[in-house]
Amino acid sequence: MKHRLRTTFQNTNFLVGFSILIILLLLTFVAPLFMQGSPLDMVGTLFNKPGNYVNRMGVIDAPKYPMSIEVDSIRLGAAVSNEEAAQMLEWFEKSELDIEWKMLNPAKDHAEIVELFLANYDDSIRLPGTSAYRKGFTRLYLKVQNLLSADGYVVQVEDSSSDSGYREVTKIQSRDFTNVKDVPARRFFLLGTDNFGRDVFHELVSAIGNSLMVGLIAGSIATTIGLLIGLTSGYVGGWVDNLLTFVTNMFTVIPSFVILILLSYSISSSSRSIVVVAFVIGLTAWPWTARSVRSQTLTLKNRDHVNISRLSGFGTVRIIVTDILPYVLSYVVMAYILQISSAILAEAQLSMLGLGPSTTTHATLGLMLSWSMQFQAPLSGAWWAFIPVVLSIALISFSMNLMNTGLDQVFNPTLR
Amino acid sequence: MADYILEVNDLKTRYVTRFRENVYAVDGVSFKLKEGETLGIAGESGCGKSTLAMSLMGYYFPPLHYTSGSIIIDGREITGEDPEVLRRTALGTEIAYIPQAAMNALNPTRKIIKYINDVLVAHNIRLNKKELREMAEERLRLVNLPVEVLDRYPVELSGGMKQRTVIAISSLLSPKILIADEPSSALDVSSQKLVIKMLLDLIDKGLVKSMIFITHELPLLYNVTKKIAVMYAGQFVELGPAHESVFEPLHPYAKGLMGSIIVPSEGIRDEHLVAIPGTPPNLKAPPQHCRFAARCKFRQPLCDSVVVPERFASDGRLFRCLLPEAVLRELKYEDQIKSKQEDAEVELDVNIIPFAGDNGDGDSGKESGG
Amino acid sequence: MTETDRVKVKRRELTDTFLEGKNMSKVYGMGRKANRAVDNVNFKFRRGEIVSIVGESGSGKTTLAKMILGLTSITEGQLEVHGQPRAFGTTAEKREYWKNIQAIFQDPFSTYNVFSKIDKVLLNCIELRGQKNLPYAQKVEIMTEACSFVNLRFAELTNKYPFELSGGQMQRLMIARIYILKPKLLIADEPTSMVDACSRATILDMLLKLRDEEDMTIVFITHDIGLAYYVSDTIYIMKSGQFVEQGTSDEVILNPKSDYTKRLLSDVPSIYEPWDLSSDDVEEDEFAAASGGDS
Ligand SMILES: Nc1ncnc2c1ncn2[C@@H]1O[C@H](COP(=O)(O)OP(=O)(O)OP(=O)(O)O)[C@@H](O)[C@H]1O
Ligand SMILES: Nc1ncnc2c1ncn2[C@@H]1O[C@H](COP(=O)(O)OP(=O)(O)O)[C@@H](O)[C@H]1O
Ligand code: SF4
Ligand SMILES: [Mg+2]
Ligand SMILES: [Mg+2]
Repeated sequence: MKHRLRTTFQNTNFLVGFSILIILLLLTFVAPLFMQGSPLDMVGTLFNKPGNYVNRMGVIDAPKYPMSIEVDSIRLGAAVSNEEAAQMLEWFEKSELDIEWKMLNPAKDHAEIVELFLANYDDSIRLPGTSAYRKGFTRLYLKVQNLLSADGYVVQVEDSSSDSGYREVTKIQSRDFTNVKDVPARRFFLLGTDNFGRDVFHELVSAIGNSLMVGLIAGSIATTIGLLIGLTSGYVGGWVDNLLTFVTNMFTVIPSFVILILLSYSISSSSRSIVVVAFVIGLTAWPWTARSVRSQTLTLKNRDHVNISRLSGFGTVRIIVTDILPYVLSYVVMAYILQISSAILAEAQLSMLGLGPSTTTHATLGLMLSWSMQFQAPLSGAWWAFIPVVLSIALISFSMNLMNTGLDQVFNPTLR
Repeated sequence: MADYILEVNDLKTRYVTRFRENVYAVDGVSFKLKEGETLGIAGESGCGKSTLAMSLMGYYFPPLHYTSGSIIIDGREITGEDPEVLRRTALGTEIAYIPQAAMNALNPTRKIIKYINDVLVAHNIRLNKKELREMAEERLRLVNLPVEVLDRYPVELSGGMKQRTVIAISSLLSPKILIADEPSSALDVSSQKLVIKMLLDLIDKGLVKSMIFITHELPLLYNVTKKIAVMYAGQFVELGPAHESVFEPLHPYAKGLMGSIIVPSEGIRDEHLVAIPGTPPNLKAPPQHCRFAARCKFRQPLCDSVVVPERFASDGRLFRCLLPEAVLRELKYEDQIKSKQEDAEVELDVNIIPFAGDNGDGDSGKESGG
Repeated sequence: MTETDRVKVKRRELTDTFLEGKNMSKVYGMGRKANRAVDNVNFKFRRGEIVSIVGESGSGKTTLAKMILGLTSITEGQLEVHGQPRAFGTTAEKREYWKNIQAIFQDPFSTYNVFSKIDKVLLNCIELRGQKNLPYAQKVEIMTEACSFVNLRFAELTNKYPFELSGGQMQRLMIARIYILKPKLLIADEPTSMVDACSRATILDMLLKLRDEEDMTIVFITHDIGLAYYVSDTIYIMKSGQFVEQGTSDEVILNPKSDYTKRLLSDVPSIYEPWDLSSDDVEEDEFAAASGGDS
């Protein structure tokens, strides 16, 4: 037994799969320690992209450090959108001035384009086209010129005692800098926020934990039922076998997903907690475990060591437990792992159909996917709301399958 | 043409286990075989018969490793040759081996003719379907097997038929030497007879020049091969013509083994069989002195302290025992060397060779568990 | 300087009928696929008798053994114990029957539960004898005695798993088990076919010893008629589910009447007479289509 365990952990496939799983598990336990609030707190707004968010007032309050770093073109570049840059290039083309603009890329070289535009724009050149079209260029020119001319901002607070009704707090020069560390109110969104403005990373970490729990519960239920039914039906035989095989076949013939949907549907949405959904998945997934355990039991039953035990007058339960169970156990462990991973997938599928756990206090991988689809994250380009979830599901399945392959190589060495 | 079709000199091979331990399963075996001669190897389970058979092919793969010695097939020394060259030019043509459980190792989903094709392809003989079938049918007729087996799956054949098919496939390229490892042990007596008939037929028809036959059934060996070797703990302890080996064995172990022969003849019922007590030594650390000493009835004090070399009797038979040939010839297994005084009188006529090194502690008391 | 100690085998008078089979048949499958593995056989086993059942593989030996053991149902006919039909309905009746009947099977490697240690195998037997509550020291004594009966040393076996033994040692351990259980009837189904000739001699002698010391009835099943001749008092020759010849060992072996027996005898290689390989009475055609059961 010890030796078995050792060879199992020497198997690369198993080890890699197991490590991935352990890392994921560690993540779900360790990461929350470093995070504030609960995973489903709505802290942001709709689909904030990943990044480090700092409080704007905090920036103003923080000590300033004037630096001689050229910032104008960077600022200008950042202030101009790709479309606007393209518009400027269009002006260069239409104006037919002698300008080296063909090498510039409207998606990248914002700073250069803006600089050229400011230097060459001439309102007097009449471009062909409607006046609205021409006004567009004038507006663009004014916008960038305004940006540039502003040499600094004045920050004021309302103050009724003052004449103007405002009191100046501070002036911000264009080359003033602040150390981000000096800004006390910051929040780092590794994976941005979702449709409700919840921290996707925090949510994901807790969803992985919850989904693994769903897998574990459902897998345990499916494996236990499958094992019991398979062993009984294989060993006892006769009408018991016929009955159990009939039930098993019925569950196999009707796609389990259909049963799953019907079951989930019939449970009122208010009582569909994560645990309930896990139970429902477990209750529909056992047939294939039962079938393979049964067929293994049938061959084992004819081994002479079982005959010897029967001749010794041992009871059915004792024979099943001591003479059959240990032989199928290695197989059952493999089936268990597969059950866990397929239960996680089943939960995701159910949730996508809106039949997953109905909860607003806990997230699962399936629920996260479902939310991001409902709020059209893919259309809004909010990849961070669903790609990490999909990857997590894939990673979990992958690690479980890897473990399974590894176990298979250990238990059935002839297959190689 | 060399004098001998197979010459083996002091061959030593070993297994390296998962725990990096050496198992010295063949430890100094030498013999020569002329064309047309057949050698039978008998011995207890685990004494190294199958390992010797595998080692003779000169093609080693883990866990089996070559240590020393030479194998010369028809004048060509195959030890030390490149394994890949050896596989293409010697296996199946010079020497072929039918493994112990070969017949149960056939993939149940492949037809027999596919296996024949495999053998040919492995030796770069490529035939089209028609040629292949013609050649296979011709061969099967030659060895008296119904041609129908070609299109059968292994599971559709009875044990005896399966084994004969395996033999036909193994001898397809007319190897000079055919090694059959317990080809009939899993069969009942009637199927066994057919298998033996086929093997002897192969030699009669010249399809194989020489055969090495492994089994623990001495009466069978006696009827199949001209020479019999008795193997014990990785070494030959007795090698001679079949009749002498069975009826007048020299080595004490061989004497005991012959006492366990059961044949359905009058008188066999009246006396108990001989059962040699004890178990063979552990081949991980075989004793340096006589390997049989721990179980030997005739053990002398010197048996525990000197290396026993291969010795040759006046008629050329090999034996590995310190007792003088004359004494051994007289001795029966039921006998006892009586008193201590007489012990001393048994003069050991052998040069005393001290142990070679002291890697092993030479403790004969250590017995393997299984 | 020599003194012969080759022991004479004891043979004995037999009278008391212990087990009797009347017109027993076993049919596997149904309808056109029906296969009469055992076909209307009659037999009588007496106290202290060693009976051999000899036949080729597939002749129905194992099936008959399983019927007698109660591991498979009897399709037709009945089995009588001491003249009374075997009571084999309730669990209690089965337990009672199995107290008196035990078996050794062909393949030592599948006879043991690879997850139980050797101690457990023997301790189970002591439990079956109703001595579950004995102090451990006494149990060890019983186990040691049983092991020494089969030339094994218990001290070397404790804490080992059966698969760490050689095939011959495993079969001997099986006999040690029988020695503890002391059933009235032992069915040994080809107990020596998977072990080498050396261990075989030991095992056969142990069967003889069991009979002598415990007055056990032993049914020895084999395909090797030579072994049957050596151990048994009575031999039944089985062919396609039927007994084609039966009688005392000497009658059957030295004066065989049926052609089949003669063929079996000629198929066994001997060292005293030349082995006739030329005879062509063996059916050449043997396309046994995937036959189930063990061989
Ligand atoms: N793959 C292996 N790795 C390590 N040791 C091995 C291996 N195969 C066999 N041995 C050991 O080598 C020795 C000789 O084994 P071998 O199979 O040659 O015996 P054998 O005489 O053919 O026995 P049998 O009659 O049971 O076939 C034994 O001690 C065995 O335990
Ligand atoms: N469980 C089974 N189901 C169907 N047929 C069987 C079964 N066991 C054995 N048989 C068939 O019964 C016949 C006798 O088999 P068996 O008793 O095992 O023979 P033996 O022990 O003499 O080799 C064979 O034809 C075999 O195929
Ligand atoms: S050398 Fe000694 S111990 Fe070895 S077989 Fe001969 S007599 Fe026995
Ligand atoms: Mg072998
Ligand atoms: Mg059988």
